[in-house]
Amino acid sequence: MSALGVAGGVLQAVVIVGGAPLLLGLMRQVRARLEGRAGPGVGQPWRDLRKLVRKQSISPRGTTEVFRVAPVLLVAMTLVVAVVAPLVTTASAVPPVADLFVVVALLAHATVVIALAGLDSGTAFGGMGASREVTVLALVEPTALVAIFALSVPTGSTSLPTIVGTALDDPQRLISPASLLAAVALAAVIVAETGRLPVDNPSTHLELTMIHEAMVLEYAGPDLALVELGSAMRLSVYLGLFTSLFVPWGIATTATPLALALGVVALVVKVGVVGAGLAALEVFLAKLRLFRVPELLAGSFLLALLAVTTAYVLG
Amino acid sequence: MLSLWRAIRRLGRAAEPAPAPPVPAGPAVAAELAGSVQVRHVDAGSCNGCELEIGAAFGPVYDAERYGARLVASPRHADALVVTGAVTRNMVEPLRRTYEAVGEPKVVVAVGDCARNCGVFAEAYGVVGAVADVVPVDLEVVGCPPRPETIVAALRLCTGR
Repeated sequence: MSALGVAGGVLQAVVIVGGAPLLLGLMRQVRARLEGRAGPGVGQPWRDLRKLVRKQSISPRGTTEVFRVAPVLLVAMTLVVAVVAPLVTTASAVPPVADLFVVVALLAHATVVIALAGLDSGTAFGGMGASREVTVLALVEPTALVAIFALSVPTGSTSLPTIVGTALDDPQRLISPASLLAAVALAAVIVAETGRLPVDNPSTHLELTMIHEAMVLEYAGPDLALVELGSAMRLSVYLGLFTSLFVPWGIATTATPLALALGVVALVVKVGVVGAGLAALEVFLAKLRLFRVPELLAGSFLLALLAVTTAYVLG
Repeated sequence: MLSLWRAIRRLGRAAEPAPAPPVPAGPAVAAELAGSVQVRHVDAGSCNGCELEIGAAFGPVYDAERYGARLVASPRHADALVVTGAVTRNMVEPLRRTYEAVGEPKVVVAVGDCARNCGVFAEAYGVVGAVADVVPVDLEVVGCPPRPETIVAALRLCTGR
């Protein structure tokens, strides 16, 4: 546990929690402008959260503790990833947890917890959403593991800080075929895992087409605020990981205030640009039919597999 | 994709300039909601004229979302119930249950003449009454169907923006 790691962990937690709703607001604003609307402003998700926290808390009849602890667990697990993953600094606050397998497992676990809560609510849409989410999750997790594993092959370590550190020392590796294939595979993973188009439409009102939203239809008030904050944080963490792995420049390698400030600014700018790009791309996409989603995810798994193969064959 | 991009470039901003913000004369809960209102729409027996206008109010031209109002899929997520149409027999219980599912603080907006006083459907055999006969109504929007501007104005009274 180094000073750099601890400073990074604290900064990352603050930036992700404070910035995740703003990222969501930015993405909605980009979409609104491209649709010809004026948009509610970047701060709207924070206004929504402030109002939800003040609202009455409701636990629907027939729900158990699973339903009540799920939002807390979702935020907690995502927060752990936000603290340990190399986003602002190349060192980690808790190095053993900053492992590729642990981070991917934590993010998957958060999804499973919400899926269980969806089942626990006992409504038709909750169960349907949970079944869909778990289907997507089962197809996405191998891709995420294999894609990041392809990046760890030349490093010889599955520790994320080491992977990012080596990429910084040897930037040529970032444009190798293995890295590019892994980037495309991981992009598909992020789109599927964070419920963006073309896999899931985050702004839909039609229950029958929902994946993520269908599981959380029964949440209200402060619990809903946690679920929304957790979902926004997941998106920021995934995008932050993606930019750290493939565009690592700007990340802090020393514990000086200047380097840390630069690391924070670099993270915010990179994630903001990638998020805005994703939102702009979504305007041009329609949602895929649910039965076509596995084809997309199988394609991304193939790319990840090719990435690992080329990483071994081409070195 | 290229043609869509050209359409986006050609149309630019379709939203009309925002009218002056409302004087704070809305329902008392507007202060508690503080600029964010999630709206659940309930069709209690409408002819779908009001639905078209609500759709227009959230469309690019009137853009109710810029004032902090957003349509949601679940009454649990909602702060405001927008009810249209005279309440028909089959919709009395669903409307009441939807009202109960919304957490406090909440607002009920009756949109259109049918929701206010049953309009042309008054005393029809399938109609129980106006929305106010079933759940307490905080705001009413006049018109058959109401213009999108008046719907947006009512929603702005709720958001206070």
